[in-house]
Amino acid sequence: MRETTDSCKIPLNFISTKTMSDKFMPHTEEDIRAMLEKIGVASIDELYGDVPEEVIYREDYNIPSAMSEIELRRHFNELGSKNKSLTIFAGGGAYDHYAPSAIGHLLARSEFYTAYTPYQPEISQGTLQYIFEYQSMISELTGMEATNASMYDGATAAAEAMFMMVASAKKKNRVLISDTVSERVVRVVKTYAKFHGVALTVIPENDGVTNLEAIYKELEEGDVAGVIVPTPNKYGIVEDFTGLADNIHSAKGSLAIFADPSTLAVLRTPAEWGADVACGDGQSLGMPLAFGGPYLGYISCSKSMLRKMPGRVVGATKDADGKRAYVLTLQAREQHIRREKATSNICSNQSLMALYATIYLSLLGKEGLKEVNRLSCDGAHYLYDRLISTGKFTPAFDKPFLKEFVLKTELDMEKINARLLENGIMGGLLLGNGLVEFAVTEKRTKEEIDTLVNLMVEG
Amino acid sequence: MKTYDKLIFELSRPGRKGYSLPADNFGVNGMAEIPSDLLRKNEAELPEVSELEVVRHFTNLSSKNFGVDTGFYPLGSCTMKYNPKINEEVAALPSFNNIHPLQDASTAQGALELYYNLQKMLSNIAGLTEFTLNPYAGAHGELTGLMVMRQYHISRGDNKRTKVIVPNSAHGTNPASAMVAGLEVVEVKSKPNGSIDVEDLRPLLDDTIAGIMMTNPNTLGMFETEILEIAKLVHEAGGLLYYDGANLNPLLGKVRPGDMGFDIMHINLHKTFSTPHGGGGPGSGPVGVAKHLVEFLPNPRVKKGENGKFFVDFGEESLGSVSTFFGNFGVMMKAYAYILTLGKENIRNVGPLATLNANYIKESLKDDYLLPIEGVCKHEFVFDGLKDKSTGVTTLNVAKRLLDYGFHAPTIYFPLLFHESMMIEPTETESKETLDDFIEVMHKVAKEARETPEEVINAPLTTIVRKLDETGAAKNPILSYRALKEAAK
Repeated sequence: MRETTDSCKIPLNFISTKTMSDKFMPHTEEDIRAMLEKIGVASIDELYGDVPEEVIYREDYNIPSAMSEIELRRHFNELGSKNKSLTIFAGGGAYDHYAPSAIGHLLARSEFYTAYTPYQPEISQGTLQYIFEYQSMISELTGMEATNASMYDGATAAAEAMFMMVASAKKKNRVLISDTVSERVVRVVKTYAKFHGVALTVIPENDGVTNLEAIYKELEEGDVAGVIVPTPNKYGIVEDFTGLADNIHSAKGSLAIFADPSTLAVLRTPAEWGADVACGDGQSLGMPLAFGGPYLGYISCSKSMLRKMPGRVVGATKDADGKRAYVLTLQAREQHIRREKATSNICSNQSLMALYATIYLSLLGKEGLKEVNRLSCDGAHYLYDRLISTGKFTPAFDKPFLKEFVLKTELDMEKINARLLENGIMGGLLLGNGLVEFAVTEKRTKEEIDTLVNLMVEG
Repeated sequence: MKTYDKLIFELSRPGRKGYSLPADNFGVNGMAEIPSDLLRKNEAELPEVSELEVVRHFTNLSSKNFGVDTGFYPLGSCTMKYNPKINEEVAALPSFNNIHPLQDASTAQGALELYYNLQKMLSNIAGLTEFTLNPYAGAHGELTGLMVMRQYHISRGDNKRTKVIVPNSAHGTNPASAMVAGLEVVEVKSKPNGSIDVEDLRPLLDDTIAGIMMTNPNTLGMFETEILEIAKLVHEAGGLLYYDGANLNPLLGKVRPGDMGFDIMHINLHKTFSTPHGGGGPGSGPVGVAKHLVEFLPNPRVKKGENGKFFVDFGEESLGSVSTFFGNFGVMMKAYAYILTLGKENIRNVGPLATLNANYIKESLKDDYLLPIEGVCKHEFVFDGLKDKSTGVTTLNVAKRLLDYGFHAPTIYFPLLFHESMMIEPTETESKETLDDFIEVMHKVAKEARETPEEVINAPLTTIVRKLDETGAAKNPILSYRALKEAAK
């Protein structure tokens, strides 16, 4: 930008070029002149007169020249053409579930997406009510009494669950996490624990499932605030936690279950397992894969943990005329009130993705979500049976699974996956030691599965 | 349909459905393979509604909301600028939305290139060396940045640096992030003009200090004129400077945080870079660092190989990971589109015009509202309520009255330095006419406060719901439809 000179009272050279992107800045020269006059300064530069001269940036930014919409679309299409949309047989925490058409249309209503946190409830009842409905639906799935307005993702939700359990335990600072929880989640929980000063112990697995005996042994130490276990686990296995909650509770600790919310329409819920906290990633509720985000973290808990819960919470109330309405509540836990004494530092969350989940769950409803699970489960078992029957794959674990499973093979899977890619297919995830993990959703057809199997074993 | 007040659950009828799925032709019964002990006992009571009912329901809910597209939203510290429509369109492209985060890098080169380009652009705009785009929001960026700060000291064996200095005027997330990062908060006082008191700072700078968190301009919208002196003192004491990017907007085109001596910062893409606030999120809080801190950034990182191909890297010195995958990629796409639309020419005008708009409102209203600090502000400023304190009308009353007149309220009762704080941030995307309308209404409310104060005190009068019983909501929390039904019994 060229500098305004002292003699130039009106900075006509301020807006250096009148390009198309002035559509975001409506100021005419006349406006600027009138506004400067009201303020009583000669130029906009004068408004920066308190900034030390040596930090004023005068060079050109190293970014391209302004693009028109036509150019921008072209650029994005060019970038997009360097990506490949694949037929996906992998999960690992991100699942290719179907999204009904209506979701996108409703999410595009700008009264939703151009609003911020509903600080003024009288003009934010739309946001507040969908959050209330979201909380209600997630609570139905987890079976827990309370759910917050959303977290960033599953991994950060698990880290916050760890903090909740430590905060609830008196003077106990150790948390156990089963290493059957996804490594991508454990990685984040470890990072949070390291800096916050929580002693985190990873409990080694036993034949693909949580080693409950090892947990019971650790509980005897008397210093365990809580335990985190998954359902389904990182191998897709539906684990059996019989007795776990009772043992933890008698040792005065808490149980958090990291659960895929989509599967909770059919699988035993965190509440039914006796958990105090449920957490996880809502991506499986039909959200686009979108190269990893935005997704949705969720946290649910029992009533006794409510005041340790992080983040925004919406409650039902009445207005001055007795009309039903919704409002942010229990704010005394939050950073804008409690500062360093808050339960968490979270402020912005993933609200629009909570709306996504709410619309998804409204459309799929009670029966639809069960059907999604049935189709995924049958597709997964069909693929499992077909691969086993080739004689080239053996079961890695003899354990029940829903939509994701692991097989063992001596085939050169790197080569096979490269061949699949050439055919527009994302094959299973390679876990090392000849283990391959496949995921099947309701989007996969019998024909697609047959093609996958044929391409894999043809050689 | 402003009278519409049904919950989606109340529309539910057994047997109704809003979905269609293909027939199950796999010829297996997978569910039968799962022992019944591992299956759910009680059904989840999700609604059973038709597609049209769902569409009408949420459309009606949207009409009970106020967004930037509805009207002026001068919510201080939140930078509620216009969210360009083209950004929504490009971010929804299937060629990006269908990519699995664990897909082979060779099949995601476009996404990785965009990610890499944005890292580079933000680095240049911030005057720093490298950015991670992993953090999901501003507070998450703060936490990540403080982890970088601690990891740096720990890597040098300097383990006693466990305190971080935070001004008493700071955003609430600052001290809260410090707490989560395992740092002890030491408060530094502000001078009457809201700036950090250098004389109060000096004695705090011992060898237990990991660094300082600041925002500049500060939360009163005033530029910290002694920033270079502060940077020198903190660095001499072995500490690092963290820049809270919540207030970056007025500096766009004028000042780069790195050039002021900051070592670490986060940027709120949902503030400065126009991505929608989404009713509370998703945001995105990229963190940038100076050269000596690059190795500590969290995993994963996106890099460019010598062959020109982009790849995902897991560094060993990294502080660890703060996200499952790469962060809120969809949000990054919108910020990238915004930067390209502005270009290097127009990005110059963002900060200056945001500052012009804020000063214009401030000067136009200071006859009716108490301006505690004279002088030019940057993108925002704070009034300490009405000038005439005899009316009994509070900042809350004024805020609620604004809703009656079709404006969103400013941020109220923050910063905590004043009793009646009213923090106003117009952003550069608002026209003079809009500002003039707001100014006129603010004058009108001040007049009402003098002449008919009960009208202001009882506001809002015209919104779809009136003043809410917030105390009752907190005393007896009803957080789900199930609890609501039980409470009605």
